[in-house]
Amino acid sequence: MSAPGVSISIHVNGETHSISVQPHHTLLQVLRYDLGLTGSKKCCGEGECGACTVILDGRAVNSCLMLAAEADGSNIVTVEGLERDGQLSAVQRAFLDRGGVQCGFCTPGMIMAAEYLLMNNPHPSEEEIREGLSGNLCRCTGYQGIVEAVQEAAGEKQS
Amino acid sequence: MSKTKPEELKGQVVGSPIHRVGGAERVTGRQRYVADILIPNMLHAKLVKLDCAHAKIRSIDISDAMKVSGVHAVFTGDDLPRPLVRFGPIHQDRPLMAVEETRFHGEPVAIVVADTIDAAEEAAALVHVDYEVLPAVFTVEGALDPEAPLVQDPVTRPEGRFQKTNILDEYHFGWGDVDSVTADLVIENDYFFPMVTQFAIEPFAFMAAPERDVMTVWSAVQNPNFLQKVIARSLGRPLSKVRVIAPDPGGGFGGKQHAKFEPLLAFAAQKLGRGIRLELSLAESFQAVRRTAVRVKARSGFSSEGKFLFQDLKADFLIGAYADITPRIVQKSSYAAAGPYKVGSVRTVSRALLSHTMPSTAFRGFGVPQFNWAVENQIDLASRELGIDPVEIRLRNLPEHGEHFLPDDPAADGQWDQVLRKAAKAIGWGTPVGKNRGRGISMGIKMSATTAASYSIVRLHQDGSATVMAGTSDMGQGARTIFSQIVAQELHTPVENVNVVMGDTASVPFDLQTTASRSSVYMGTAILRACKDVQRQLKEAVARKYGSGDPELCEGYFKAGTREITFTQILDDLFGGVSGEVIGVGSARAEKRRNHPLGGHTVFFEVVCSAVELEVDPETGETIIHKLVTAGDVGKALNPQHVQMQDDGAAIMGLGHAVMEHYIFDDNGKLKNSSALDYRIPTSKDIPRKIESLLVENEDGPGPYGSKGVAESGLLTIASAVGIAVHNATGVFFQELPLTPERIWRAIANKKRD
Repeated sequence: MSAPGVSISIHVNGETHSISVQPHHTLLQVLRYDLGLTGSKKCCGEGECGACTVILDGRAVNSCLMLAAEADGSNIVTVEGLERDGQLSAVQRAFLDRGGVQCGFCTPGMIMAAEYLLMNNPHPSEEEIREGLSGNLCRCTGYQGIVEAVQEAAGEKQS
Repeated sequence: MSKTKPEELKGQVVGSPIHRVGGAERVTGRQRYVADILIPNMLHAKLVKLDCAHAKIRSIDISDAMKVSGVHAVFTGDDLPRPLVRFGPIHQDRPLMAVEETRFHGEPVAIVVADTIDAAEEAAALVHVDYEVLPAVFTVEGALDPEAPLVQDPVTRPEGRFQKTNILDEYHFGWGDVDSVTADLVIENDYFFPMVTQFAIEPFAFMAAPERDVMTVWSAVQNPNFLQKVIARSLGRPLSKVRVIAPDPGGGFGGKQHAKFEPLLAFAAQKLGRGIRLELSLAESFQAVRRTAVRVKARSGFSSEGKFLFQDLKADFLIGAYADITPRIVQKSSYAAAGPYKVGSVRTVSRALLSHTMPSTAFRGFGVPQFNWAVENQIDLASRELGIDPVEIRLRNLPEHGEHFLPDDPAADGQWDQVLRKAAKAIGWGTPVGKNRGRGISMGIKMSATTAASYSIVRLHQDGSATVMAGTSDMGQGARTIFSQIVAQELHTPVENVNVVMGDTASVPFDLQTTASRSSVYMGTAILRACKDVQRQLKEAVARKYGSGDPELCEGYFKAGTREITFTQILDDLFGGVSGEVIGVGSARAEKRRNHPLGGHTVFFEVVCSAVELEVDPETGETIIHKLVTAGDVGKALNPQHVQMQDDGAAIMGLGHAVMEHYIFDDNGKLKNSSALDYRIPTSKDIPRKIESLLVENEDGPGPYGSKGVAESGLLTIASAVGIAVHNATGVFFQELPLTPERIWRAIANKKRD
């Protein structure tokens, strides 16, 4: 089945993509399968697990819940866009330091949620971190290392 | 936690909390899981399923589906070759897909293959199945009812007294004569542990592609060599003509141990001569795997001094429609069901009962959490009745290091009282608790692998860097990191210069499986031996060149007389201008023992203790965990950060089992809560205020540097510790999990009414 495509232009990690997408395809599908940006993961596909989290025009969104066509004209940052000149972001580094990564499947979404949290609240309390990440499921770590990683990235803990 | 960068380490890489190998790939999104491997021109598959568990398939009409543009084929059970190929690690009872009858909700009746996933999905909805919903069994009682429908056709079952029942297997273990023991106190209760699921965040994804005469299958499987065998058998090929590529799983927890739909996909790929990709949704992944539910009838006898006189346990494991690995779970967990204690007499009778539910399979803990829920509650009740402190009563029954507690097995291999004492101290055992609060403590034991076969090749390159080939699956436990540390330590090369190659049966030597917390011990040993093999070859080269009979191995160099020759010098000497490498080979095997009830005894015991302090809100029944402690006898933490992560993760997974997780079915056996929100696992808001992981390290394990396996951890014991704590907080004794707010609230309300 192939419906007539919809032409969109999206800016992903600083690069502009003018592409034709299927009207029923989600932003996640287009990121992963049209642009090859497979860092964003699909787990539940219905906005409950956070594995597909990206930052779109300054807001964290579940890219599995948004149609790609709706994202036309928007500015998107995925996990692939966090490194600067080959340097990991503070959040990425802290996830390694604090043991916030195990199997790694939830990690891209978790990191994007953490980046968004710190963008809006540079010095969150532990409760605020737990609240801010509560839409992102992890089955390996028990979250302890992840919460500590966000604290470290916020400068609340020694790196 | 202290962090030491590898370059700061002086010789002691093992035992240091170095960063996860592969961590940078995971935080940047570069790590490729199966679904991230995009191969051009692959076809896409979608499974067709019914809305019920047990159905008679009258006919399947694929004509409308075939009309969808881009559809290549729709295969049904009728297309499978006869005689039917069935697969399974214990009983070969599972067909590639349903034939004439479905036995669980989620069992496919057809597979649609198309150019795009959209076309496959559209066509799957147009496969018309004429079927009749049949009576089904979903409970222990239902399975045992003499009138119950039989889940498996007796014709396909082995002959024997259970052939025409839903009892698949029965196991008897124990010692002494339980019936003749006179006890001061006998406690008798039934316990129930529900169906819960692994819920790896990565849903199942598979690919199969025929390339020349080799069938390549991609699956994030914990057991690539076994999958290779299953595919080879189902396609009638030699092992060498099946290649399994197993990228690092995005979580496994046992759920990715055995074949699911890979044989079906490989069949379709062979038929079409094309590569095919199949990604399951999360709901489909829920329909594919779960932990076995268990009802335990426990009768326990105690002396007035708190001695454990007997355990008389009858367990009914509600397994799924096909055996998968579950009979082994029943067998193995039953064997040490009485816990890490010296018990006078034990009688355990366990049955595996078939039901019209998805096949239960391996799940972290492998049956132990289910028995632990019963046995530790029994011990706690005894301590109440006898007026003996729960820590003290356990201490009175723990074996000493070196003391036998299972007749056919090695003696206790650790100082297990230290595990209990550490956890008790950390939770503040014996100090007063506040209103509506309670503490609970429990211990558990799991036997590791009873057989093993791990092989490794270590290649020391001319520049001193090394490549390790090891067939373990790194699913988050950190095997890559541990193996890198061992090689870095032994071959004196920085961790960054070690490359661990896994997950490809065409290039990596055989490993039995990644299960039972075995990999550090068995594959670790194989790698260590391969490194020793490299060292031996270097030493021989030094002796040859410098005429020194017995060069001494030092850190990164050999001493031959007064000379000090570094590894890289030796390599240059060996290979000169032509280049080359030193190849070391190592293996670690544990053979079957015919006379042992399990076919072999464990090489180590994993012993853990959990302690919890919680508060129950009597108005809502909600549980607030204030502090959770796990302590484990790990022998030696090869990477303390990784051990802590395993402990924290197991503890929170155990907490999920304790207070929120269970499967719910409708009357037709359709799984109702197959989504993240409806099933519920702990989120960052559900974790305890404080969580602590404590280690006992006496370097007394059989693994490299005295290590033992650590990965089951608190999962064995958290549910019982939480249940006991809720009992202490509310005065209500619970026999069934999970301890949801509703269950607790109702129980408190009932107690008030009484």
